[in-house]
Amino acid sequence: MQVFFQHLVYGLSSGSVYALIALGYTMVYGVLGLINFAHSEVFMMGAYAGLYCALGLGYQPDTPFPLVNALVVLLFAMMAAAALGVTIERLAYRPVRHAPRLTPLITAIGVSLLLQNLGILFFSATPKPFPRIVAETVFHVGGVVVTNVKLVIFGVSIALMLGLQWFVFRTWTGKAMRATSVNPAAARLMGVNVNRVIGSTFALGSALAAAGGILFGLDQTTVSPQMGVMIGLKAFVAAVLGGIGNIPGAVIGGIVIGLAEEFTSGYLSSEYRDAITFVILIAVLLFRPQGLLGVVRQEKV
Amino acid sequence: MPALAKRVGIAVLIIGVLAGVGPLLESVLTEYAMRIIILCGISIILAVGLNLINGTTGQFSIGHAGFMAVGAYGTAYTVIMLEDHAGAFLSSLPEEVAHGGVLIAGLSVGALVAGVAGLLVGAPSLRLRGDYLAIVTLGFGEIIRLVFNNASALGGPTGYDGGRPAGLPAYTNFFWVYACAAAVIAVVASLTFSRFGRALSAIREDELAAEAMGIPTTRLKVTAFIISAMTAGVAGGLFAHLQSSIRPDDFKFDKSIDVIVMIIVGGLGSISGAALGAVVVVVALELLRDAQEYRLILYPLLLILLMILRPKGILGRHELSISYLRNLFSKKTATPPTTTEAP
Amino acid sequence: MHVRARWTLILAAASVLACVFAVGCKGKSNGDIVVGSFLSMSGGTADFGTESKRGFDMAFEAANAAGGIKGRRLRLENLDDQGKAEEAGSAVNRLIDRNGAVAILGEVASSLSLVGGRIAQRRGVPMISPSSTNTQVTAIGDNVFRVCFIDPFQGYAMARFARETLHLQNVAIFTDVRSDYSKGLAESFRNEFTHAGGRIGVEQSYSQGDTDFGAQLTAIQAANVQAIFVPGYYQEVGNIARQARRLGLNVPLLGGDGWDSPQLRSIGGHDIEGSYYSNHFAPDNPTPRGRAFIEEFRRRYHQAPTSLAAQAFDAANILFDAMRRAPEITPAAIRTQLAATRNFPGVTGVISMDANRNPIKPAVVLRVGPTGDVFETTIEPR
Repeated sequence: MQVFFQHLVYGLSSGSVYALIALGYTMVYGVLGLINFAHSEVFMMGAYAGLYCALGLGYQPDTPFPLVNALVVLLFAMMAAAALGVTIERLAYRPVRHAPRLTPLITAIGVSLLLQNLGILFFSATPKPFPRIVAETVFHVGGVVVTNVKLVIFGVSIALMLGLQWFVFRTWTGKAMRATSVNPAAARLMGVNVNRVIGSTFALGSALAAAGGILFGLDQTTVSPQMGVMIGLKAFVAAVLGGIGNIPGAVIGGIVIGLAEEFTSGYLSSEYRDAITFVILIAVLLFRPQGLLGVVRQEKV
Repeated sequence: MPALAKRVGIAVLIIGVLAGVGPLLESVLTEYAMRIIILCGISIILAVGLNLINGTTGQFSIGHAGFMAVGAYGTAYTVIMLEDHAGAFLSSLPEEVAHGGVLIAGLSVGALVAGVAGLLVGAPSLRLRGDYLAIVTLGFGEIIRLVFNNASALGGPTGYDGGRPAGLPAYTNFFWVYACAAAVIAVVASLTFSRFGRALSAIREDELAAEAMGIPTTRLKVTAFIISAMTAGVAGGLFAHLQSSIRPDDFKFDKSIDVIVMIIVGGLGSISGAALGAVVVVVALELLRDAQEYRLILYPLLLILLMILRPKGILGRHELSISYLRNLFSKKTATPPTTTEAP
Repeated sequence: MHVRARWTLILAAASVLACVFAVGCKGKSNGDIVVGSFLSMSGGTADFGTESKRGFDMAFEAANAAGGIKGRRLRLENLDDQGKAEEAGSAVNRLIDRNGAVAILGEVASSLSLVGGRIAQRRGVPMISPSSTNTQVTAIGDNVFRVCFIDPFQGYAMARFARETLHLQNVAIFTDVRSDYSKGLAESFRNEFTHAGGRIGVEQSYSQGDTDFGAQLTAIQAANVQAIFVPGYYQEVGNIARQARRLGLNVPLLGGDGWDSPQLRSIGGHDIEGSYYSNHFAPDNPTPRGRAFIEEFRRRYHQAPTSLAAQAFDAANILFDAMRRAPEITPAAIRTQLAATRNFPGVTGVISMDANRNPIKPAVVLRVGPTGDVFETTIEPR
């Protein structure tokens, strides 16, 4: 039982990181109908932005941060990633927005490869230790090891998701976003600036991914330019599992994937950790292609 | 049937030419140059096969390397099994016949298992409209490497070499690669320019409308996908017997991207474009070996620019034919090319 | 539109022709002795290639400064293979055909040495791998050599060290299942350690590229072991050390030469200190040859050499030694003399080639310290 709760703690914390990244995929898919393959690289770049910001503030990898500085690192990385996301949308995606379906997809893959290789060129392929921006303390709760880092990861993720929920449902831009995802043409007719809405969607999704990157670095202790590939794939599966385009769905999907992985590697073998995600994906496509929370949309002929 | 006789005649002619040209090239060129030419041939098979699903049908597969891996392991394993268990019979045959026969048997099995993998991947994802195929093939490409990494009978991460010091027998040569390429092109072309191919194009242009016209979209998409996977299997088998050993890491996501770039450079939807793109990409990458770190930056950058500036590639959806060339170079530049072009 | 299509086509055709011409052409030589090397200079394992190249460069410059060989200058042609087997195959063919290499140096990764080695063997050009430890590499044939010991010996050496020096009874094994290197070391460690009366308390596995080891470490913690044998690479090992300490698992880690990187300490931090690994070369090498190499390396690159650089240095020098003894500079003559290498004084030890073209040499055990790795002991070949 003790081992079960240990896995539960680990699963929830990695799952909440997946959820943060899945949100970006699902939001962009919602407004553009595009699988933003570059999103996983925005996540990676966000983590590096945090890393260099922390080093720039003069912190060695091993010295703990005061809370304020940890927040500065988080906000800097989120802003940098938001800028990157908006730039990608403006330079690469907007010119091909109305092209045949494959064109934006291939462009997205190109952007993803470009960012990953730029990462290798500038940061080197070797993983870098991520600064411990939160001083670590360990609690033992009935034999289960819980660190404050895991709690911070979980807490920050939940806070960001609640913030997003508020933004999407309580602000004008959020309303415009939802309108655009239902029908871009109608939204435009109703006075929504679709370009601006798409831009802010990218900004929001990218900022969340950067937060995910920081939390990931904090949790796993290293970051590397290739780290986005597998994490991104899993986060996308999480988005599909929850129902692509559906925001609460992405959160639930992320947590489910995180738990499934942790229990698979804990009780079966870590060899199957990556495979379980794929099994879930196939199962979803076979039995509930619209996802857990998705709604079947009738297509008009 | 004169049409059949004509086809057989053409096939015999191609085989004859290849059988003559192969040894001639081998005697003139270095082994290095031959290797590049063979790699071009393998890439032509990959590109023409992927073009059927990505270009003609308009679906988006990004896991071609995964099927290549399945075919490579299937072929290599079959060849080694045959030689280990039917060695006595094989050595009674003339060497050329035995090697060719074993390779053909291996490639058939490789194509078959790749086709089965295609069915397993395609059936759940192609029932649905949208981009699910992309993400499933991406996942498949990762998972299949995981499978081969854990398969200790197939050499695990170090790779499969049939347990022989000299590695897998080097049966892949100019003749077999280009004979396979010609066969793949013939099959894909005859499918594309048939009722089946027109149905696939209809799916690409408007899936809903195609379905309304009574086209069984799912079945046709899955069929095209299986054929595409089988051609990748053949290419993988040829690659295995060129390479002397195969590792799961030889079939990474980068490899799938390379093939996608080939068909885009050549022109999505054009068979001759895919072949042309394959040659251009293989040779260009070999030449850029000296600028490697930057090559990895330039490559995706060019891909993005290509998508923005000329998404149609070199040939667009046209086929390279005498009439296309004549049209292109005739004085009457105002006349559009004979085939109509989609917007 | 029409005009543009025409130009695209012309441009494409022209570039294809130019490319074919460029690939088909042969390179020219100017009397230098050309040695080819293939390494991963880019991609995920770029560090291996960069570090090995430094060892080669130092050896080549020293040999040329001493007047070359038989009055001819030595030239190193290095090609990048991106850590991909397909590229490695093309690179070795290109070195032989276009550069006219009389011998090949390379790869670090065993799977790439296997691909390159088979081509070298078929074409009758000798190849020396500086650091591929997989047993199959030199089994390819009589043209393929190496200057490092093989995997089973490292597992053996660490098992002996664990039993005889550390007097351990109960040890966990934590294997990277995606690497045959790791599996091979684990197997020979398990055999030798249990043979010597020790017990393997628990075995767990991870996969290269993993970053979260919480589940496995929790299971290891439950087994109350005195040490964990982690025959993996430094990225994962550094992370494992940090995460183990975080769980309160304070036993030393043991490992092999995959740990050897300055990054081990920067990833593992203080948590990796006090762990031990077997290696080819000690950075606080006591021999004068070793000291001279380390000083020269530090002067050039402003950091301490890893054993990859030292092995590359030895590989090149063993090749030069064979060339000096050979009556003429041909691949066949060099091969014969390479096989006859006896008691060559290298910086990684005194090296003799055995009948299987593997060197007979000892392993060193290093302890990870706060500022650098410290020589602990030497384990002689059995």
